[in-house]
Amino acid sequence: MIKQFIKSREALLVLAILILLGLISTRFSGFIAPQNMASVFQDTSILIMLALGQMVVILTRCIDLSVASNLALTGMVVGLINVAAPDLPVPVLLLVAITLGAFLGAINGILVWKVDIPPIVVTLGTLTIYRGIIFLVSNGAWINAHEMSASFKAFPRYELLGLPVLSWMAVVTIILFYLLVVRTPLGRAFYAVGGNPHAAVYTGINVGFTRFMAFVIAGAISGVCGYLWVSRYAVAYVDIAGGFELEVVAACVIGGISIAGGIGTIGGAVLGALFLGIIKNALPVVDISPFWQLAISGSAIIIAVAVNARSERKKGRIILKKAEHAQ
Amino acid sequence: MLTSDPTAHKTTKAALSLRGISKEFPGVKALSDVSLNLYPGQVTALVGENGAGKSTIVKILTGIYQPNAGTIEVAGQKTEFPNAHAASAAGVTAIHQETVLFDDLSVAENIFIGHAPRGLFGLIDRAKMNANAQAILEQVGADIKPTARLRDLGIASKHMVAISRALSVDAQVVIMDEPTAALSHKEITELYDLVEKLKADGKAILFISHKFDEIFRIADRYTVFRDGQMAGEGLIKNVSEDELVTMMVGRSVDQIYPKKEVKIGDPILTVSGYSHPTEFEDMSFDLREGEILGFYGLVGAGRSELMQALFGITKPSKGAIKIAGEIAIVRSPAEAIGRGIVYVPEDRGKQGAIIGLPIFQNVTLPSLHKTSKQGFLKLAEEFKLAREYTARLDLRAASLDQDIGELSGGNQQKVVIAKWLATQPRVIIVDEPTKGIDIGSKAAVHEFMGELAANGLAIIMVSSELPEILGMADRTIVMREGRKAGEFTRSEMTAEKLVRAAAGIKEKAA
Amino acid sequence: MSNDFTARNIPDRLTSRDQRALKSWETLLVIIAVMVFVINALSSPYFLNPWNLSDATFNFTEKAMIAFAMAMLIVSGEIDLSVASIVALASTAMGFMMQAGFDTPTLVLTGLTVGVLCGAFNGVLVTRLGLPSIVVTIGTMSLFRGISYIVLGDTAYNGYPSSFAFFGQGYVWWVISFELVLFVIFALIYAVILHKTNFGRAVYAIGNNPIGAKFSGIRVERVKFILFLLTGLMSGIAAVCLTSRLGSTRPSIAFGWELEIVTMVVLGGVNILGGSGTIPGVVLAALIMGMVTFGFGLLNVPGIVMSIFIGLLLIAVIALPRLWTMANAARAGRKA
Repeated sequence: MIKQFIKSREALLVLAILILLGLISTRFSGFIAPQNMASVFQDTSILIMLALGQMVVILTRCIDLSVASNLALTGMVVGLINVAAPDLPVPVLLLVAITLGAFLGAINGILVWKVDIPPIVVTLGTLTIYRGIIFLVSNGAWINAHEMSASFKAFPRYELLGLPVLSWMAVVTIILFYLLVVRTPLGRAFYAVGGNPHAAVYTGINVGFTRFMAFVIAGAISGVCGYLWVSRYAVAYVDIAGGFELEVVAACVIGGISIAGGIGTIGGAVLGALFLGIIKNALPVVDISPFWQLAISGSAIIIAVAVNARSERKKGRIILKKAEHAQ
Repeated sequence: MLTSDPTAHKTTKAALSLRGISKEFPGVKALSDVSLNLYPGQVTALVGENGAGKSTIVKILTGIYQPNAGTIEVAGQKTEFPNAHAASAAGVTAIHQETVLFDDLSVAENIFIGHAPRGLFGLIDRAKMNANAQAILEQVGADIKPTARLRDLGIASKHMVAISRALSVDAQVVIMDEPTAALSHKEITELYDLVEKLKADGKAILFISHKFDEIFRIADRYTVFRDGQMAGEGLIKNVSEDELVTMMVGRSVDQIYPKKEVKIGDPILTVSGYSHPTEFEDMSFDLREGEILGFYGLVGAGRSELMQALFGITKPSKGAIKIAGEIAIVRSPAEAIGRGIVYVPEDRGKQGAIIGLPIFQNVTLPSLHKTSKQGFLKLAEEFKLAREYTARLDLRAASLDQDIGELSGGNQQKVVIAKWLATQPRVIIVDEPTKGIDIGSKAAVHEFMGELAANGLAIIMVSSELPEILGMADRTIVMREGRKAGEFTRSEMTAEKLVRAAAGIKEKAA
Repeated sequence: MSNDFTARNIPDRLTSRDQRALKSWETLLVIIAVMVFVINALSSPYFLNPWNLSDATFNFTEKAMIAFAMAMLIVSGEIDLSVASIVALASTAMGFMMQAGFDTPTLVLTGLTVGVLCGAFNGVLVTRLGLPSIVVTIGTMSLFRGISYIVLGDTAYNGYPSSFAFFGQGYVWWVISFELVLFVIFALIYAVILHKTNFGRAVYAIGNNPIGAKFSGIRVERVKFILFLLTGLMSGIAAVCLTSRLGSTRPSIAFGWELEIVTMVVLGGVNILGGSGTIPGVVLAALIMGMVTFGFGLLNVPGIVMSIFIGLLLIAVIALPRLWTMANAARAGRKA
């Protein structure tokens, strides 16, 4: 088990993160203090959750570019509900967010499953549509902190056992996703559909439906994150989380989720997101302009995909017996 | 039922019956009005040439395809298999010819995907799944860890996983589609034991194989398909090999292969010491004008890999080739084509035909420099070239700007051959030229190859079909495990010698 | 073998060119374009003014120039999501050179060179290292724009020389802008390359079946590399025009264009999975998107609402033919 881990992508990523932390701590030792690490984790929680949702979609050889728009639309809707009915308890709003997010994901899923449109086209379309609808529902207006109810804003900040609820949400999501992909037939089907769609049909897996479910799950996660984002930053407007979908895909790619489907782990996605989160949080404290962040994450994506491609390269069928033994 | 045969009497009721099954694809009638009966405790061998409809019937039995006509009965009850799940639920399981496994899942997950044991909250019970997998792997005699990742296994082990998968469902009908093709001698013996065990358990087994020795060794009954139609069925003990062959091909071997007597000219291609790090080693031979040089061997003997290296797809690690006496370096297909070597690949759909492009564009693709002017296309020239070469091959198509994907396999193959002839090559390598094409096209392809040789073209023909090799080749090189295992002139060639060389079995002591 | 060739003579074509043109995607786009034009003309009195129409062309000319090269790239089965970031980087480089005191020809050369280099970088990663282009270009998308941010931060380059203004603001004749002329010229060039040359045929062959194309002697990697170079070059040209038109460079310049350009290409009938599509289709899609944007603008509809329309259009034009085919198949199934 340990041997396997050392050779794995995740180990490489852990190593990269440790080196990164080491470098940062030479400049600013306070960065690796537990308290600061907890705050980095909190700051990365939404990215982690979205990366997990994106991961199951990518596992099935699809991609969802609409997650950030979904997040923004759901966030705006729960924000508006909160303004209209400030007494509605947060759990109800969470339920609304999950349902709306899942519904938006289901629209993607149905177009991919039943109409057979390539996922990148579908979600490119819904990316602009969902974002545009925010304008329609809000009339372009902002929802500012003072319009939101106190409980609405307090929920993600509420501390339990030293960690804010936002971080706990990420932890719970990680556990649920672990159970989903490792211990449920649907989760295994994600891998099967992406790894070998042709063979998946032979084993009685409904490829289209599996993809549909991946989109619904990614959508539901985006919905939850919509509420968390709006309540955490205490503001909602048309452009929130604009372009965030690419950061989410970047987290997955850095985490070793193969864009060709079928390969990737929960640990990888989480580490990929953390890697980006650490860079984002570290730049200001080590006196590097935050304007470096984009270029750094871009380079990280390219390096990650190059490294992953090397390890994924398929071994050919080996005919000569001696070559097989020599391995 | 009145019969004097005791085995037939004992099991009059079929576990599974197909009646009057027909299946059509655009442009091809894959099956017409075929029947198949599988009896508990018996092995039924399904025989037929490539393209006879065996794979199609397997896909119908496993719910991948739905027939256009006909009925399926399981234990006397009429039923339908709208999807793979339904077939599995009805107790039909299959060991497919194609790999239907998942590289990135564990062995146990591969075995139990779709029906894993569940525990708490309906979650997959991994401990139980691994234990069950271990039990099945032991039953089939495979020494594989259930937790190993499939990607890390060799081909034979993967095949054992596929077999284990088929046995993990409680099936009454087990389909084995060429189960021994990828296995070693020892594993094949173990597989036979397994088949005996399944028979004893009362399973009905459909066994698809090209190897007559194993059919006569383990099958109780046979069904023969030819061109998608029934060509015979009955008890194995009442039939001879020759009779089966006649049913399969419908005529004698001499009739299909009208070998032309051709004057063999000078060597055009000389290969010396060609080696590849993992695929083949020390291959040396020469090829003469007007000659058809056969390459025989089992699937996976390294023949295609050698040919692809000659064509510049892969790089050899050692060795040299000479074309008409001149040293030639071939680093890419483009260079090979420039030197007059062309390759008709085995995998027509992926490597041969460009599906999505019309017929005429497929034909002219490697010859565009001839039909164009300074890089600009000239459609009239293209049509002219395409017309000329497709006519020579007797292509059947609605029009030359029809998508090649709409043609039958045989006609696609004709387009691929036409594409290469249009480059006016000196050496043409054909890899399993008649695999998966109908008898009519097959004969046309063979006849055409004969004509080409008569016109002085040098031909290398890779084939796993003995009759094709025996009927067409002037000389045959047999490969085994990446090396040359024998070379036979036309007068020396016999089916037995070729098979022995390919399998590595010594000559019988006289 | 039959000697009776004449009896089996296969016709070159069954349907005439005119017949096929009627059923084509481009015909559908023409109908949509005419409808959009008529609706615009009816709903706003300002639409038919030549100067207004001329202004409207700036909505699409720069993006469309990139879209032509992108169309070829997508036909070949690859994609470049970094185009907008190449525009940003090329523009930043031009601004940098401008501040260093170089003249207009050098600025233009800088923009084009940076574009080509960025394209070459993508091309090497995809064709030499064999990496999937969608991921590579998501990476370079961040990287290229990231470099612009490192250079500029929250500042901007201003004060381009007046001779530089011609590329984005100049008019060749009456209401015909330089950019519009450039758009027409590139539309013709790319249409010829894709539809009338051996190179274009190779692009289609690769897009339909890269392995088969390789087995037919096409140098697949080389063709793809050239396509990335062209896409980079067109992004550089677009950067020159856009920078000249805006008269300034910010790192957020051309933000989000990649998605609009891909939408334009797909709307133009190019299969996102590769293998089919035409340049005239992309030209029509550019016109439609430009007119929709302009028409909505005249009606004071905010840009974000237009994007809903474009998004719906993108999905609808792909979904409707498929749904139509499915409905027909279902009907045929019931009859049988």
